[in-house]
Amino acid sequence: MAASGEKDPFIASLGRIYAGYTGGFVVFVILLAILEQMGVPDRIIGYLFVFLTIGVYAYIGIISRTAAVAEYYVAGRRVPALYNGMATGSDWMSAASFIGMAGSLYALGYGGLAFILGWTGGYMLVAILLAPYLRKFGQYTVPDFLGARFGGNMARSIGVIVLLTSSFVYVVAQIVGVGIITQRFLDVSFGVAVFVGLAGILVCSMLGGMRAVTWTQVAQYIILIIAYLIPAILMSAKITGVPIPQLMYGVALEKITVLEQGFRAAGMTPPPGVTGFHAAPFLGANGQFSGSAAFNFFALVFCLMVGTAALPHILMRYFTTPSVREARQSVAWSLFFIFLLYFTAPAYAAFGKLEIYQTVIGQPIANLPEWIKNWQLMSPYGVNWINIVDVNKDGIVQWGDFRIHPDVVVLATPEIAGMPYVIAGLVAAGGLAAALSTADGLLLALANALSHDVYYKMIDRNAPTAKRLVISRVLLVFVAVLAAWTAGNAGADILFLVAWAFSIAAAGLFAALVMGVWYKKTTDAAACWGMGVGYAFTFIYLLWTEFAGLDFVELFGSKDAIVNAAKQTVGLAKVDPELKAYAQKIVDNAASVKDGALSWFGSLFFTTDTVVLRGRTVARLWTLNNISGGIIGVPLSFLTIYVVSMFTRAPSEAMMNFIDDIRVPRGGVRLVDQKEAVE
Amino acid sequence: MPLVDNADDPKSATSAAIDAETGRAYWRKTSNLMWVVLAMWAFAGFGVHFFAGALNKIVVMGFPLGFYMAAQGSLIIFVVGLFWFAKRQNEIDEEFGVQED
Repeated sequence: MAASGEKDPFIASLGRIYAGYTGGFVVFVILLAILEQMGVPDRIIGYLFVFLTIGVYAYIGIISRTAAVAEYYVAGRRVPALYNGMATGSDWMSAASFIGMAGSLYALGYGGLAFILGWTGGYMLVAILLAPYLRKFGQYTVPDFLGARFGGNMARSIGVIVLLTSSFVYVVAQIVGVGIITQRFLDVSFGVAVFVGLAGILVCSMLGGMRAVTWTQVAQYIILIIAYLIPAILMSAKITGVPIPQLMYGVALEKITVLEQGFRAAGMTPPPGVTGFHAAPFLGANGQFSGSAAFNFFALVFCLMVGTAALPHILMRYFTTPSVREARQSVAWSLFFIFLLYFTAPAYAAFGKLEIYQTVIGQPIANLPEWIKNWQLMSPYGVNWINIVDVNKDGIVQWGDFRIHPDVVVLATPEIAGMPYVIAGLVAAGGLAAALSTADGLLLALANALSHDVYYKMIDRNAPTAKRLVISRVLLVFVAVLAAWTAGNAGADILFLVAWAFSIAAAGLFAALVMGVWYKKTTDAAACWGMGVGYAFTFIYLLWTEFAGLDFVELFGSKDAIVNAAKQTVGLAKVDPELKAYAQKIVDNAASVKDGALSWFGSLFFTTDTVVLRGRTVARLWTLNNISGGIIGVPLSFLTIYVVSMFTRAPSEAMMNFIDDIRVPRGGVRLVDQKEAVE
Repeated sequence: MPLVDNADDPKSATSAAIDAETGRAYWRKTSNLMWVVLAMWAFAGFGVHFFAGALNKIVVMGFPLGFYMAAQGSLIIFVVGLFWFAKRQNEIDEEFGVQED
């Protein structure tokens, strides 16, 4: 199979095809720039960007249609390492990376770098622990591996449940992202925008499955990286005179530090949610070193890294390379292509912040730059994108008066740097490419789990090929419509759930996958228990701290923490009257409140407290934000697998042979159970 | 190359790609490489950032070094480390003759 890839005329001409495509895109952007200069209205430019790029993706999707199972599930296993790297890059980088990341860095400064580190370092784990072995195993899905290694349907089902939970919340967030961009550039309602985006996603993936998604994702990567780098380069040239943003934003960091000092000296405070010390690590609210902040930083890095290495839509990309060797190289290429965007994001944040601190703060409100006025309009999150709140009513924009939604940092860069509208359209096309490509990968992972793992492997083993592909496509459309419906109805309220996907996938899948390859004595029962315990513990922990924070702190918190949580609950804007009355009673009887029954556990490290987030009183065990819930779930899952393995019957000789086979690149794989073979 | 050998068929069940002794030596070397890269990961992902506060006192081209490491330095280590890993593991494969045809 590997050998035939080299002679394949399509694979051989990939370089020419995508070079031509890139050139075509550049010409297209230049043409639109000329049209803009000739007076074509912005709205038309926006339409052309959105529809023409989606049109190209649809074209690739349609010419890549296939009726072969191996093409549909793993793109025929002939995607070269470099191209699989690009496809993984756009599969990985979502709307949150493209639009949101720079904004988080703007707000959090050093603290935001946890996302940069966490979303890149995980690929090291993928490369050394999992990708080559999953590729050698060589079937279609991650649950396939769990089923073959851990004795069938029980392990497979648990894997499918974890996959469905983590991927579904993730795909809903992508569709919200598509909706926001489409809404802004097509000027339609959010509900309509979601379904326009949905059509864009489906034409890419429905007919050609993995094959179509792969070649579309490569195309999307090229657009998103061009769209991300160009505004940053122009911004850097404008501010520093040198068009290399990644090297030059040091200058901006230096100036920001000086400006921050000046603001503090003038008695000003930063706006809520924005750090007052951009480059300084691990600070509490008072600007001093905080152990809890450091703990949260490292816990978040850990959860994002392990989550990366456990998300099935990423792992399944490495099933598509021609060989084990290329799977390894492909992980390195993936990280390289992701790196290109991630090491530019802090430059956006620094240049944006410098520009705002220099030209906006301290100016009269009546006298703001034009681009600020363009963004003083309603966002789908219920506040203005840029919101000037004149706290002391002096008509001057103070440091704390300037409230900016994180997404604006990237979206408004073209205007800040005084670039023509065509660049704004380019950024929109890039954001759309990022959101569509991730949504495609996730939908495919979801639909494949349902069609291949649930339907074919567990319900109808004798289904003919044609029927399996029909079922796959029907399920793909069904999941896509369900996700779009959820996005349209729950919308931006559920975006915070994305962060949970990492902890859930990490705690549910990572330990079982790694131990399955690296620890021969892992037994079937141990893996099932490990996945089940990790998943259930983490999911329950997240729900409990998020939606019943007061209840959580009553068990794990000290009496002060309980009273404080009750006060926060009483003060919430929207709260269930019953809960409010209950909290009021605690506040009234504060003197008689006792420490929670497990408060000794809650104060093992730091303390257990609550913060008001997203309109709820959210509990924090050991002051840990629940986004990092996996920090307990992952070790617990490993421990469970290790301990249960000691008390259950060791794997059979045939299983040992199977593990030996997946550890070595050469040769076939001797399956224990032939029912687990594909096709 | 067949994707899946038949375990019920005694011929293929005994025809592992390499003999057990070579397999063990290969896996020992592969595991060692895994631990080396895992140590790189732990250093670049976590270890170096424990000292972010102290490193920030060193400023290069405007970048406080602690900030730079988290924003770019560690990422460069990850990328270069992965290409090195892929190359090194290939060499090990070839040393034991277990590379794919």
